Amino acid sequence: MRTALVLLLMLAAAAVPGSIYPQRSADPNGVSKFFDDNPDLAKILDGIQLFDVYTSAWFSAIYILLFISLIGCVLPRTIAHAKNLFEAPVATPSNLRRMPAFLATKLGKAAQREAIERAESLLRKQRYRVARQVDADGGVSFSAERGYARETGNLVFHVALIGVLFAVGLGGGFSYSGQRVLVEGETFVNNLAGYDSFSPGAFFKPEMLTPFSVTLDKFKATFDLQNETNIGTPLDFRADVTSRLVGVDGKTTESHSVIRVNEPLEMPGSKLYLTGNGYAPVITIRDKNGDVAFSGPTEFLPQDRNYTSLGVIKVPDGAGPQFGILAFFYPTQDKLNTGAKTSIYPDPIDPLLTMNVYVGDLGLDSGQPKNVFQLDIKSMKQVAGGKSGVKGLELVPGQTVKLPKNLGTVTFDGIKRYASLDVSYNPGGLWVLIFALLALAGVTLSLTIPRRRVWVAVRDGELQVAALARGDDPALERVVAEITAELTMAEAPSGTAAGGSSTEGKTND
Amino acid sequence: MTSALLNENLSQISLLFIYGAMALYTFSFLAFATHLSRLASTKEASRKTASGVEKFAMVMLILSAIVHAIGVVLRGIAANRVPWANMYEFSITGSLIVVVIFLFSLLIRDVRLIATFISGITLLVLGLATSVWYIKVKTLMPALQSYWLVIHVLVAVLATAFFSIATAFAVVYLLRDAAWLAKAKGKLFGFVRRVIELFPSSDKLEKSAYRFNIIGFILWSFTLIAGAIWAERAWHRYWGWDTKEVWTFIIWTIYAGYLHANATRGWTGKRSAWLALVGFAAIIFNFTIVNLFFKGLHVYSGLK
Repeated sequence: MRTALVLLLMLAAAAVPGSIYPQRSADPNGVSKFFDDNPDLAKILDGIQLFDVYTSAWFSAIYILLFISLIGCVLPRTIAHAKNLFEAPVATPSNLRRMPAFLATKLGKAAQREAIERAESLLRKQRYRVARQVDADGGVSFSAERGYARETGNLVFHVALIGVLFAVGLGGGFSYSGQRVLVEGETFVNNLAGYDSFSPGAFFKPEMLTPFSVTLDKFKATFDLQNETNIGTPLDFRADVTSRLVGVDGKTTESHSVIRVNEPLEMPGSKLYLTGNGYAPVITIRDKNGDVAFSGPTEFLPQDRNYTSLGVIKVPDGAGPQFGILAFFYPTQDKLNTGAKTSIYPDPIDPLLTMNVYVGDLGLDSGQPKNVFQLDIKSMKQVAGGKSGVKGLELVPGQTVKLPKNLGTVTFDGIKRYASLDVSYNPGGLWVLIFALLALAGVTLSLTIPRRRVWVAVRDGELQVAALARGDDPALERVVAEITAELTMAEAPSGTAAGGSSTEGKTND
Repeated sequence: MTSALLNENLSQISLLFIYGAMALYTFSFLAFATHLSRLASTKEASRKTASGVEKFAMVMLILSAIVHAIGVVLRGIAANRVPWANMYEFSITGSLIVVVIFLFSLLIRDVRLIATFISGITLLVLGLATSVWYIKVKTLMPALQSYWLVIHVLVAVLATAFFSIATAFAVVYLLRDAAWLAKAKGKLFGFVRRVIELFPSSDKLEKSAYRFNIIGFILWSFTLIAGAIWAERAWHRYWGWDTKEVWTFIIWTIYAGYLHANATRGWTGKRSAWLALVGFAAIIFNFTIVNLFFKGLHVYSGLK
């Protein structure tokens, strides 16, 4: 027990740093930000796995030791308990007065006989396991025990925890989860190329991906415009999708469904969750010759609750030099006192797109993967917006404006929305749940069912009832009193020694 | 969920009831404290008046609970949903449940002596809720629109309530056996000693704490499982070591340690009582610091 206790406390303490430092599993962006902000400290922390606490060597060591100690404890106890279940209750101790709860009642001979005769059936009725004993002096006593479920529950709880651990481990190995951003009208095909990011478990194979496709027909966000104190609060996000699934017979079945935040779409072998959304303004850029250099919806990242959104457009292949655009989208524009623009409502009531333009090397040829939401402006020259001397561009839907430096024109064609979908599969989940519920049932039994031994004997001319609890038992004295009352009341109708009985009790509780 | 009508006026009325309940809890708290101090008095005349004061305090406590309950229900009606979707609402509902469980416990066993603690802590929680955590009535964000909000959070509140009452017993238990208090000189310490003497034996206090803690532990285990089921639906994984999940796990582990301590030679008594206090401190930390300052998915305080 002491080992388990110390390991449990160590486990609790070891889990704390994972809530203080960003974790790669839960918050990868937080980790990269930490590395940017404190590069030296980050290296040290990373060296002792503080960004991967829950898969770290030291955290794993503690819980593995805990489970080894658990198995080492549960195995012998299971064997002992199994034996116990088939054995008769222990022999009645020679001195019952020493028990924590004890009552003795003086009774006449006839009443004694009657009480001891009734004792067995009474104890059995109260679901005790009862053994009849004959003492050395020939007196009869009953030894009874109940509450075996307390130990059973305790063992079930601990074994179920091992089950949880295995289900988590194995399930995690066969699981996968991937992310995909879909603009209205776009289709996602469930293969590795279809994902923006993908994290497979250790035993994952690409064949595990069921061939299906999902098209985002429409994304609808509803915001409160009615309740004064609640304006702009999201009320509902709903993605209307069409899914196509190729059956074994080669035929494609098509169905329409809705994905909401708490209502994932269940496809065979995976579930699709709605995890985010935003605006994707449709933008067309023509170079100085009028040829299209860029066209299409661009996903913008929401920056606040009113969906002020930031997007980046990179134009590497126009007729002129390479240039990039840092754009802000305001669904419902307004001006702050400082003169800066802001959005005051998340739906596009009065939308505005503003752009700062930078000319120079976009760094796309270096072969290194680039974040599509970032524009590396270090080696670029700003030609519109900021301190460039040229006003930043401002567009409303349908509007076309000229780009500076004869770069061409830009058109704000319209507004689409996008949905971030998460595709997840974890076959362990159901098993984790089953074992967790078993553990809950087990721990409830083991903490609430009292395990107690009760003895009823006729000794020294008195009826003796005694009880002993294993563990906490709030009812011990009451039980002894009740059994005594039941057994001595029986004499009243037969009218033998009703008036002459006296009760001597004792509690060590 | 397109046009849930919020009733801000009703929510203001609800707030008035909560303020009213705070006033009544203040009376109740002061009366219970007076009761204790009279009982602990060295003058016999003073001790005789104690039971009258206690009756008054108990009536005040029941009245406060009724007014408090009206405030909570009105908040729910004003919001058109369960009244525990942000820190303010969680606090007013949680503290009400503590008081209700305490009042019901009185029917089963005599736990009157911790009434000062219960009314005091409720007053403190309501004070924080109305002054620091108060927000106007809001609709539920899409992630919270689930019946698991009713189950998961309600059971978490219940578990917290049981843990709080157990903590009261553990504190008194530790004071009762505290060597420094027994030795400390001065009038105040003498008075505290006499108050502590009023409580049941250490053995009984320890058992009471244990019994409330085991119910808390069972409910907390359920909270954890229900949370995982909900997380699987809302966040696409049943467990992801989100900060709130981490702390739920830490609290569960500490109380699991407490249960083991109660069956370990050398760890029963004071050490396990201290563990129970550490567990409760983790609960408070989880509800305040983690809610307000830690980054994570459970960002439901409603405060900026």
